[in-house]
Amino acid sequence: MIPWGDFMTADLNEIVEEIISALGPTLPTPVTITTDTNITRDLGLDSLAVMDFVMVLEDKFDVSIPLERIAEVETIGDLARTIQDLRGRA
Amino acid sequence: MTILAKFTQLRESYQKMAAIGRDPFSVRFEGILSPTEGVLNGRRTILLGTNNYLGLTFDQSCIDKGVEALVEQGTGTTGSRIANGSYAGHGDLETALADFYGRQHCMVFTTGYQANLGIISTLVGKDDILVIDGDSHASIYDAAKMTTGQVVRFRHNDPDDLYKRLRRLSDHPGNKLVVVEGIYSMLGDTAPLKEFAQVKREAGAFLMVDEAHSMGVLGATGRGLAEEVGVEADVDFIVGTFSKSLGAVGGFCVADLPDFDILRVACRPYMFTASLPPSVIATSLQALKRMQEEPGLRLRLNANSRRLYDGLRNLGFQVGPVANPIVAVALPTKELAIAFWNGLLEAGLYLNLALPPATPNSLALLRSSVSAAHTPQQIDTAIELFAQVGRRLGVLPGMVQAAE
Repeated sequence: MIPWGDFMTADLNEIVEEIISALGPTLPTPVTITTDTNITRDLGLDSLAVMDFVMVLEDKFDVSIPLERIAEVETIGDLARTIQDLRGRA
Repeated sequence: MTILAKFTQLRESYQKMAAIGRDPFSVRFEGILSPTEGVLNGRRTILLGTNNYLGLTFDQSCIDKGVEALVEQGTGTTGSRIANGSYAGHGDLETALADFYGRQHCMVFTTGYQANLGIISTLVGKDDILVIDGDSHASIYDAAKMTTGQVVRFRHNDPDDLYKRLRRLSDHPGNKLVVVEGIYSMLGDTAPLKEFAQVKREAGAFLMVDEAHSMGVLGATGRGLAEEVGVEADVDFIVGTFSKSLGAVGGFCVADLPDFDILRVACRPYMFTASLPPSVIATSLQALKRMQEEPGLRLRLNANSRRLYDGLRNLGFQVGPVANPIVAVALPTKELAIAFWNGLLEAGLYLNLALPPATPNSLALLRSSVSAAHTPQQIDTAIELFAQVGRRLGVLPGMVQAAE
């Protein structure tokens, strides 16, 4: 529906890896992160920190991630699927 | 499980904060003596956190106009303008504001919060995109929650970042509305509006500037940041408030779009709330007049801002990037900020304690707002009290040992 620039097919696992590596430096304490990790509950990120992290991911994946899409996201897996979906809209 | 159980954590951190001293979120003044002095716990206290930039809350001509309207038109309109109709004053104030900004149209809202909430959420429809600064005021974030369109954030005061984000959206067919603020309410920093205006032109977006804290403060005639940096023609919507420089309560939006008035029957925060009482309309209208008649107020305000900013900075405090009427001192921890705020209050100085998540970059801030009505002596007293409490708490650089 919406062209997002260069179309790239990305494996979901690859996106998850990218998210985890981007998250690392923003966390107060190191945590083991998996696709099932709950972003607010398990990582202790407040809503503002989540929105700031989303900006980092937007730049990393060169996509727009609208805030209302973030509202639906609970886990790292959800976030990766959202990004995959947004990138796939070429 | 009670319906309030979800606030357990909030209650705990609130109680912890209040336990350090007085509760900063429920300060109760026993009396207000002037725009710059109140009575708190039985003592005269300097008010340095009221956004009363021009000090017009006790202006005799504003009070007279308010009393006159109160006597002649009663205490309230008891309903919304679409249901109960408008009084002459609502229209007069809209005309005066439109004239002041050199625009065709103006809508007056019951609060500044509702002006942002209503205008932004109504302008941005489901196929449009709202693009907001990351450090936006809560009213803009709440508008973002309310809109049916997409919402994208850009990094605070970063025109390149805005450009990058608009570029990603360049193939999106919807209208884009970029929202920035003239002066940001926490640190007193101004938006790089010239650069934002250029990005807006290149991207073909609409631009809204919230001049809540810059109206009456910036610009040759007090119209705000857009006037100050000469980009008014690029600003499609200006939102502002009567609750700061104009010393009352209420909000407005001015614009030149020919069909702007259709919003009066589309914008729910305008339609479904009671309109401002006649006395508030009357004092706001008179304050707008006073602001225009007396540019000296703005000069005094700016001199006071500079005095406080330089004074605190010279003591070694970490202040914001510009000497605006909002002067915020950043402290290393929340606990220290709370203790500092209590120390100042006990010494007779009232200002705002601002804590995360209401602050940018999770800063713990002591937020002052200067008024044209402050005397230089009051500003100097405030600086001296900052110095005393700062030394006592070991905050000031090089005085950590001395504080022991």
